[in-house]
Amino acid sequence: MGAQLRELRARVKATKSIGKITKAMELIATSRIAKAQARVEAARPYNSEITNVLSELATAATTLDNPLLTERENPRRAAVLVVTSDKGLCGGYNANVLRTTEELLSLLREQGKEPVLFVIGGKGLNYYRFRNRDVAGSWSGFSDQPQYVHAREAGETLINLFLAGADDEGDSAGADGILGVDELHIVYTEFRSMLTQTPVAKRIAPLEVEYVEEGEATSAPELRSVYDFEPNAETLLDALLPKYINTRIYAALLESAASELAARRTAMKAASDNANELVESLTREMNQARQAQITQEISEIVGGADALAAAGSDE
Amino acid sequence: MAEMTVELVAVERRLWSGKGTFVVAQTTEGEIGIMPGHEPMLGQLVEGGVVSITSTDGEHVGAAVHGGFLSVTADSVRVLAESAELGDEIDVDQARQQLSSAEDETERARAQARLRAAGHKA
Repeated sequence: MGAQLRELRARVKATKSIGKITKAMELIATSRIAKAQARVEAARPYNSEITNVLSELATAATTLDNPLLTERENPRRAAVLVVTSDKGLCGGYNANVLRTTEELLSLLREQGKEPVLFVIGGKGLNYYRFRNRDVAGSWSGFSDQPQYVHAREAGETLINLFLAGADDEGDSAGADGILGVDELHIVYTEFRSMLTQTPVAKRIAPLEVEYVEEGEATSAPELRSVYDFEPNAETLLDALLPKYINTRIYAALLESAASELAARRTAMKAASDNANELVESLTREMNQARQAQITQEISEIVGGADALAAAGSDE
Repeated sequence: MAEMTVELVAVERRLWSGKGTFVVAQTTEGEIGIMPGHEPMLGQLVEGGVVSITSTDGEHVGAAVHGGFLSVTADSVRVLAESAELGDEIDVDQARQQLSSAEDETERARAQARLRAAGHKA
């Protein structure tokens, strides 16, 4: 009896301290979400500006034969950039991203393209390493606070591969010495709200060109086509498109960071709630055990006293 | 006095926005000064350039801009940069160190731009 009581007490203590840790992680995640969201917000002006500039350029450029805009015939290899977190304890966050990735990979294989994996974040890297899958490149150590330089690093690697193109023979590098790709895809988690984060897969290259009818163009049609370009529109487009792709990757990293924190907050809140519930039920069990012990002791004493009294009356 | 909207936007945040009367920048074609009513223009800025803005209240804002673009319309100027720093936020000692330890041309140009934006001789 005493042993059970001691054991219960130890479990209550352990559960309480786990609850304290998860509660602290929940609070930390909550405070960081606001910061992550502010960073998403801060990156928005550049995003909208570069989109504006690009559409001006695309309208003015005489040809849109930039490789980043052109659909390749018979795409053979496709790079897939997966954005996961570095640390766990964030519920289904990584599992969801990886599941969406698997779906994309099998879709690509069905279309006859060979997927090439690039991974951001330690968790994703571990997942593929453990399964002995080839990972062509990986970056980690910044999943909850991504900087633009990180996005640029990944972006430049991917763009170089893309520009090299999959003109190779089989699995060996072709004439340019680079085992290139024909498409770039990214899988990341979109931040919908504090409670909902959805993994999404998007193609970032070749970019899809949207043609807008002349009549329903934007609100400032009189400014169009009179832009002066330094140097010319085609050179500018060549310089701007890679930056645009980097911005897209950066935006994805920021969204994923916010999602990771939100997922962690939800997971840690659930863990704290469970710990509290467990403490409550264990405490109840403990009290019952203590009560049972007291009852037993009383009955032992009473029984002992009775026995003594009986023995005394016999003499 | 004529004025125009000036915005200096880096990837990670908006550095400066307000009303200005004069903007100087270096595009790949050469130095350009922009006053209100300029003809619409898009330009690529040189690596490690300095953009300086004169605001309507006569204040001068200098910034070191890397990997930037310039978009001008009659009543607005927008500078888009991969990374940019305002002159008064630049750590001069650190920039000097960067200049002396620079290994390639781009890095040297960046360090020089940072020093010039901060108002120091490179």
